[in-house]
Amino acid sequence: MSLDIWMRENPLSYIWIGSYAVAFLIFAIEIAMVVHKRKITLQQVRLMREAEESEEG
Amino acid sequence: MAINWFKYSAPTTFYGLAGKLIPWFAVSAAVLCIVGLYIGFVVAPADAQQGEFYRIIFIHVPSSILSMFLYLIMAAYAAMGLIFNTRLSSMMASAIAPTGALFAFISLWTGALWGKPMWGAWWVWDARLTSELILLFLYLGFISLHASIDDPRRADRAAALLAIVGSVNVPIIYFSVKWWNTLHQGSTIKFTGTSMHIAMQQAMFTMLVACWLYAITVTLMRVRSIILERERHTKWITELAEVKS
Amino acid sequence: MKKLSLFSLLMLVVRRDLVLAMRRRADVLTTLIFFVMVVSLFPLGVGPEMGMLRKMAPGVLWVAALLASMLSLGRLFSADYLDGTLEQMLLAPQSLSVLVLGKMASHWMVSGLPLVLMTPVLGLQFDMSIQAIGVLILGLLLGTPILSMVGAIGAALTLGLRGGGVLLSLLVLPLCIPVLIFGTGAVEAVTSGLSVSSHLSLMGALLVLALVFTPWVTAQALRISME
Repeated sequence: MSLDIWMRENPLSYIWIGSYAVAFLIFAIEIAMVVHKRKITLQQVRLMREAEESEEG
Repeated sequence: MAINWFKYSAPTTFYGLAGKLIPWFAVSAAVLCIVGLYIGFVVAPADAQQGEFYRIIFIHVPSSILSMFLYLIMAAYAAMGLIFNTRLSSMMASAIAPTGALFAFISLWTGALWGKPMWGAWWVWDARLTSELILLFLYLGFISLHASIDDPRRADRAAALLAIVGSVNVPIIYFSVKWWNTLHQGSTIKFTGTSMHIAMQQAMFTMLVACWLYAITVTLMRVRSIILERERHTKWITELAEVKS
Repeated sequence: MKKLSLFSLLMLVVRRDLVLAMRRRADVLTTLIFFVMVVSLFPLGVGPEMGMLRKMAPGVLWVAALLASMLSLGRLFSADYLDGTLEQMLLAPQSLSVLVLGKMASHWMVSGLPLVLMTPVLGLQFDMSIQAIGVLILGLLLGTPILSMVGAIGAALTLGLRGGGVLLSLLVLPLCIPVLIFGTGAVEAVTSGLSVSSHLSLMGALLVLALVFTPWVTAQALRISME
């Protein structure tokens, strides 16, 4: 019940904390994951290339 | 002037093009998001009936719209990959899926937070809410089927078939859920057309465009990683500047 | 080689699968026992109050039937896949869709039909009226073949994958929601004195749609999984 009262008294902080903060947190996590994925993939490709070069050389 | 569009449907050229476009999409998404939030929270007045709570609409409606459209776009890409056997379309389909699922989740989450002050309950078995939940399940099915098949070609084709079956099913599911809802008379409170203030419309539209740009940005970033991973044995990948350094 | 008509081909596949199923009777029984058990657990979970149980009965029976049919779907193609029969079927000159339709039909006879036959007993346990049980059975008769057919798509897509069983349910259950809605809706309509024809005819329409499209889609899925 106390949440209900708080919600009615502070509607703006309720929607900011509840909806927008959560949405932007999800966006931030997604961006971080995508950037991380790119870093890892690049690393793998580089490793593969080096391994191939050392085989040839 | 004839632009050779097919040139960009090859992963080789698309990779470079996407790399050039990503910063533009990202910056404009961020700018539009700030503008949209400014209009939504400062310019737009409080609603006569719903007070301040209606302001959730600026994130809720765009994410619902995106979650549905992204599913259709994903299914279309997947179908193209299945029928014309183009590599890039299948990669795009699997790059869109996580973003679509996240938008479906955001839509459900913000819907629940909006429902609490308006309907007095976090969750009601409303037709739209229920279909959105089922849409999330369809996304999760696509992602987990793709993830559990090791051979990328088979994964693409199997997931594509599932996406097509799902998109054929979506209207059937939607209408059956709608019908089920009227049958049960769950919630009688509905949003009847309270005329929207012009600033509200502007804010919602701006946020919608911002969300589209964000989705494009993330999808392009993801598809670049997928291209790198899938094509790592080819010569053009090993000659890329970022691989050489 | 003698040219087979499509119908006799269908009958051949159905008979073969039924013979194979009869050799492994335990599998058939397991599905049925699972169905009865899930349904019997509900009163223990929600309490023995008859009014509530009567109201819940169609939903409980339908959900249990849905889960039970998921349970047996994994076996639809896996045995044929392991012993190489499926590969022969793919190479066969006859239409793969018809072969798949035959397998769906026999799967329904083995795992769907026993559930339908068991329903009156379970309905009486939940104190349903005779009329409601009749509509429930009619709905199940129309609906369980759809579950087998839509499930076959999922079974073909997850063929030979590790953890295929759980994945299969994840893929197929959302697609089965309309069947669940119309099936329980029909019973609800008859208990509140309304006409059931709209629910049942919509279910029939879904059955026809599934009959036309799912064999072909499943055949495509099998080709994808086997290449």
